[in-house]
Amino acid sequence: MALRLFARLATAALLAAAAFAGSGPANAEDTIKIAYTDPLSGPFAQVGDANLKQMQYIIDYINTQKGGALGKKFELVPFDNKSQPSDALIALKSATDQNMPFIMQCSGSNIAAALIEAVDKHNSRNPDNRIIYVNCGAVATELTNEKCSFWHFRFDAHSAMKAEVMVRALPKDVTKVYLLNQDYLFGQSVQRDVKAALAKLRPDVQVVGDELIPLGKVKDFAPYITKIKASGAQALLTGNWGPDMNLLIKAGIDAGVDLRYYTMYAHLAGGAVAIGPGGDGKVRSVMSFNENVAPEIGNKEAEAWTAAFREKYPFDFYAAGFRTIFEYLQEGIKKANSTDPTKIAFALEGLPHKDFLGYDTVMRKDDHQLISEYFVGVFKKGVKYDSEKTGLGWGTEVTVLAKDLEQPTTCKMKRPAER
Amino acid sequence: MEVFLVSLLNGLVYGMLLFMLASGLTLILSMMGVLNFAHASAYMLGAYFAFTISQHIGFWPALVLAPVLCGAIGAAIEMYGLRRVHKNGHIAELLFTFGLALIIEKVVQMTWGLIPVPYRIPEGLDFSLFTIYGTHFPAYRAFMLLISALMFGAIWLGLTRTRIGLIIQAALTHPEMVGALGHNVPRVFTTVFASGTALAGLAGVIGGNYQVTEPAMAFTMGPIVFVVVVVGGLGSLTGCFIASLLMGMIQTFAVVLDYSPADLLKWFGLTVTSSTPFHEVLTVPLPRIGALLPYILLVVILVFRPRGLMGTRET
Repeated sequence: MALRLFARLATAALLAAAAFAGSGPANAEDTIKIAYTDPLSGPFAQVGDANLKQMQYIIDYINTQKGGALGKKFELVPFDNKSQPSDALIALKSATDQNMPFIMQCSGSNIAAALIEAVDKHNSRNPDNRIIYVNCGAVATELTNEKCSFWHFRFDAHSAMKAEVMVRALPKDVTKVYLLNQDYLFGQSVQRDVKAALAKLRPDVQVVGDELIPLGKVKDFAPYITKIKASGAQALLTGNWGPDMNLLIKAGIDAGVDLRYYTMYAHLAGGAVAIGPGGDGKVRSVMSFNENVAPEIGNKEAEAWTAAFREKYPFDFYAAGFRTIFEYLQEGIKKANSTDPTKIAFALEGLPHKDFLGYDTVMRKDDHQLISEYFVGVFKKGVKYDSEKTGLGWGTEVTVLAKDLEQPTTCKMKRPAER
Repeated sequence: MEVFLVSLLNGLVYGMLLFMLASGLTLILSMMGVLNFAHASAYMLGAYFAFTISQHIGFWPALVLAPVLCGAIGAAIEMYGLRRVHKNGHIAELLFTFGLALIIEKVVQMTWGLIPVPYRIPEGLDFSLFTIYGTHFPAYRAFMLLISALMFGAIWLGLTRTRIGLIIQAALTHPEMVGALGHNVPRVFTTVFASGTALAGLAGVIGGNYQVTEPAMAFTMGPIVFVVVVVGGLGSLTGCFIASLLMGMIQTFAVVLDYSPADLLKWFGLTVTSSTPFHEVLTVPLPRIGALLPYILLVVILVFRPRGLMGTRET
């Protein structure tokens, strides 16, 4: 009796599974799924959460206003990776199990390195079920150099490019700088890259202090500010992010030290609040976008689009530059006339594209690094769109065009056989 | 001299902030034996409450109301949570407060969002009190020093000069005897727990705008406060005070003293080169491990002087 019941249940389960399998590909045909994995819980959740909301806004726009791709809509499927490479690999597994053509990840170069390796392995073993890794913000330089992969496309400038932009923005009268970075893979990379950029572009600048701080451990930055002031530095150059960025700047502004801050991440969540009105004109950040770019260059369409985000969400639309990523995917799919990842990857290589602000960009074929324009914003009064309700916002001080930001790569790309 | 004086002031301010947080915890830990993981969460709640209240009726009412709210929450936690868990032993209590800390963090994230809130220093205190070698000393830091000094005085007087203080002191060492004498020990416990969380809330009110009010602030302040309590010694307010200032000074001066173990060895005539064994460890400058020093001190204290600097009994 029990056996018969079991057999019946098993049959039912099999039938159900078959029905699912039958409907699975049909669903997959309806939308182009993009797995998105970033920290959505834990201490860095604010980063992933804000990214997710901004991406969702962009995708909705691309789907409804720009018609998706090949008559299909894009769909974002979030996976929490808790800032752990192992969890990101689980997300990758779920994505490939569901035949998703893309996996996207922004935070953490260590996670990116793990994903590149896993995607490479998966794609060579499963030629019929490949996946493209869309990197939206893991910026360690080696990811498109020594560690480069055919399946990895990076849409953010890497840390050496950001360092170069930062150094270009240094005014001529600044000759003494202080470097302060977080003591881990990325911070050390920034430290190295900034020094290299200084040696190349500004040999007259003297590095009067060079410091690494433990990641996320320092609660009071006042002592560092004292030390920086004593060193006689005119500018502080830092790749810090998160609390390490916000507390550092706050301590500096509070102490009223005469110092200019050159950062890579002061424009992200929490930065504007930490700087406050006291930092008017003192803090600069290297960025792919800020909400005042569009009005500054007189691009009404882009301005209306970013302003509409404000009405929907209570935070800054600092990641509007992600729109370029989805436009690339859209064009890649159209050019390949297929949602097959291998064909899309070949289509993306060397693809030029005018971004929504009107600047020329290109996905470089040699290393799959997006070469796009980059900005240095200064936090000041009197801009059209303020940040985090402080009354101050980011105005563009320097614009570096894509053609001026091309750095050589050491990547030796291995391409699969074209099908 | 400039660096020394400014660092001394920095260390003093940070140390006093630590003291405000740690004094409540040391009372709770020494009296109830509860290692309250949720203590720093009360600090965070204090900051967020103060932010919300100050948006509606200003900073000064918030300075009073936010700690009171935190104290009420503390009392509720003790009466309806800890007291029931208590009979299952210390491990259960520890896990309970640990879970509570996570829950509070999530609730804060859901209520106030993941990004930091613009909790600002009140305008009346937003000026520089004096300038020392070109570095401003904000009036707000002086205000923090004042509040924490007042708090130290008030707790000390309360513990040593009042009747309830005497009972608490007695309950610290002989809870059964105090109970046998007819005092309501559970109610004393509730009072202590509530005052402890209220003190943490007060620290949050004035620490939240000194630093940044965000959901991770409890997580970053938590461990260092435990170090202060252990180093200071159980049941000793003075020990807690000394340990707080010590931590403040250690962390401040570790940053500005650019020396490494190699420099120390040089005094003994030993030069460290790249061929010396462990040269990578020996040449690490102090600032790079500054944040670790309190934890090193914690380990050393636990091994060599388990009752802490001024403690009256073993940890």
